[in-house]
Amino acid sequence: MTDTVYGVIAEFDDPNALVAATYRSHDEGYRRMDAYSPFPIEELHEALGAPVTKLPLLVLVGGIVGCLGGYALQYWAHAVDYPLIVGGKPFNAWPMFVPVTFECTILGAAVSAVLGMLALNGLPMPYHPVFNVPRFALASRNRFFLCIEATDPRFDLDATQRFLETLGPREVTTVER
Amino acid sequence: MAAPPDGIATMSTSSSGPAGVGGSVPIIAPGHTFATVSDAISSIVLTKRTPWPWFVAFALALSVTGLLLVALAYLVFEGIGIWGNNQPVGWAFDITNFVWWIGIGHAGTLISAILLLFRQTWRTSINRFAEAMTLFAVTCAGLFPLLHTGRPWLAYWLVPYPNTMGIQPQFKSPLVWDVFAVSTYLLVSALFWFVGLIPDLATLRDRATSRFGRVAYGMLAMGWRGSARHWHRYEIAYLLLAGLSTPLVVSVHSIVSLDFAVSVVPGWRATLFPPYFVAGAVYSGFAMVLTLLIPIRRAYGLTDFITMRHLDNMAKIMLATGLIVAYGYLVEAFTAWYSQNMYETFMMWNRMTGPYWWSYVLLILCNVVTPQALWFRKVRSSPVVLFAIAIVVNIGMWLERFVIVVTSLHRDFLPSSWGRFSPTIWDFATYIGSLGLFLLLLLLFLRFLPMISIFEMRTLLPAAKTVPAAHEREGSM
Repeated sequence: MTDTVYGVIAEFDDPNALVAATYRSHDEGYRRMDAYSPFPIEELHEALGAPVTKLPLLVLVGGIVGCLGGYALQYWAHAVDYPLIVGGKPFNAWPMFVPVTFECTILGAAVSAVLGMLALNGLPMPYHPVFNVPRFALASRNRFFLCIEATDPRFDLDATQRFLETLGPREVTTVER
Repeated sequence: MAAPPDGIATMSTSSSGPAGVGGSVPIIAPGHTFATVSDAISSIVLTKRTPWPWFVAFALALSVTGLLLVALAYLVFEGIGIWGNNQPVGWAFDITNFVWWIGIGHAGTLISAILLLFRQTWRTSINRFAEAMTLFAVTCAGLFPLLHTGRPWLAYWLVPYPNTMGIQPQFKSPLVWDVFAVSTYLLVSALFWFVGLIPDLATLRDRATSRFGRVAYGMLAMGWRGSARHWHRYEIAYLLLAGLSTPLVVSVHSIVSLDFAVSVVPGWRATLFPPYFVAGAVYSGFAMVLTLLIPIRRAYGLTDFITMRHLDNMAKIMLATGLIVAYGYLVEAFTAWYSQNMYETFMMWNRMTGPYWWSYVLLILCNVVTPQALWFRKVRSSPVVLFAIAIVVNIGMWLERFVIVVTSLHRDFLPSSWGRFSPTIWDFATYIGSLGLFLLLLLLFLRFLPMISIFEMRTLLPAAKTVPAAHEREGSM
């Protein structure tokens, strides 16, 4: 039976109800769950007990790679591959290489911030079971959802559904896979 | 769509608006909910009935873009001899236009990145639009140096790549720095803009009624579903992008100014240039944002979201940056006199009284004298007057670049090599054509993408503030 069920989803009217419900579910022992909201709510992430993301580290690495790469590019071009005297400056004229190195640093960091965010979020993901719930379309407008997933060890279709009903939702629905 | 009365935005008090700096006018009109904000902004895009003024503007923009295409085709066919620039004025309209467009773009990044870092929440209703403006302005800017190379189809020679000629770009030249700065700026601006759009594209996907709309917005939204774990990374990525864009925007116009400052031409060789150019860029950019937003907020009935408070704040930034620019003019003149360098002194004297004296006088009138009106609250609270001042500043900032480029070049060290520049019809056609392209891209953006960040507007509503005491967990932690 649980093969066709992704989880149980509860719909809430306002952000406070969702945050409170998420804390309650976490207290109840549920871990494999996710909260959905039409705008970022900082507390939700904490309420879910989710780990802090490694994204900043990724951005730092991207920036460092961009920085070294940018400098290496210019060094290689002017001191190794095609040595050219310009204005009597040395081949490796580092002050003249600062602007391009800087731009490459920003480029490396910015690209890794965007691609890193998408990759860690698992996007693009054209299909996801929560989209099977017709009312979930409101998650991008004015409704707040909490979904407890069937993979959670404590998940039991009836019990979880009853538990979510106690949290004061508008509606509780089963999410088909 | 029906336009709500302007009075809502201008008359209401701050009682329900989020607290902010000074102002008695809220940044979002009272009475809005998550649903009304989402619907009001997305319905502009999702409507089946495009307002007729849009078609009029689109037809105009399309025909002016046609002019650009004609000018470009002739340019490619005939060469840059069709323009008025020639020795000694090798840079003229093209570089003037390039710097002008790039400068306009900078306001978008300033609004979206720097004001975000300073927690200026009022930026929320204008940042999406300003970022789009950045993107299109940088696109227009990029055209000019590309065309000025003379053989734009060989522009890839500017990029370092292993080639059969066995040569490399000259990395000690500011012109190559420019290639890296401008292309990085374009790419990072596009990424920043797109990342900001993702949650709103999801809103459009969920609210679109046509199949095409659902599929198109669905593909662009990449399956965004508003998961709290996703929002967490999203917010960090957005903040980091803002932090990265802030030094980037300063570096871009500084590098553009180095194109001039690294040379030995009197009037260009000034250590003042980088900060002076950056301030000028922000100044002209805010002027352009005002020029565009004042008619658009009226036409689309967005006075609830883009209130007088926004116009007032932008006018104040314009005044502040205008004063920095005025200080720049003053220091330029002072340095020329104080240096007691014959060429520097002559350059300044020639700039003020030479053949192009009118451009300098107009520049001072447009950029220094006119914006002083912004000191008065009455002026700042009249959209029509603000619009007029913004247009004047746009013209003034174009003249500033014209003055810097042309008056410095046309008479430098050797009187025997002095000359004059007069633009041809193709100079004007290319410039006006680039305005058409800009307008065309902007109109397509207004029609197909939400011009105000919907999800960020939701966070401004009082209902979005989560109360920490709302859950019992707080006490036990």
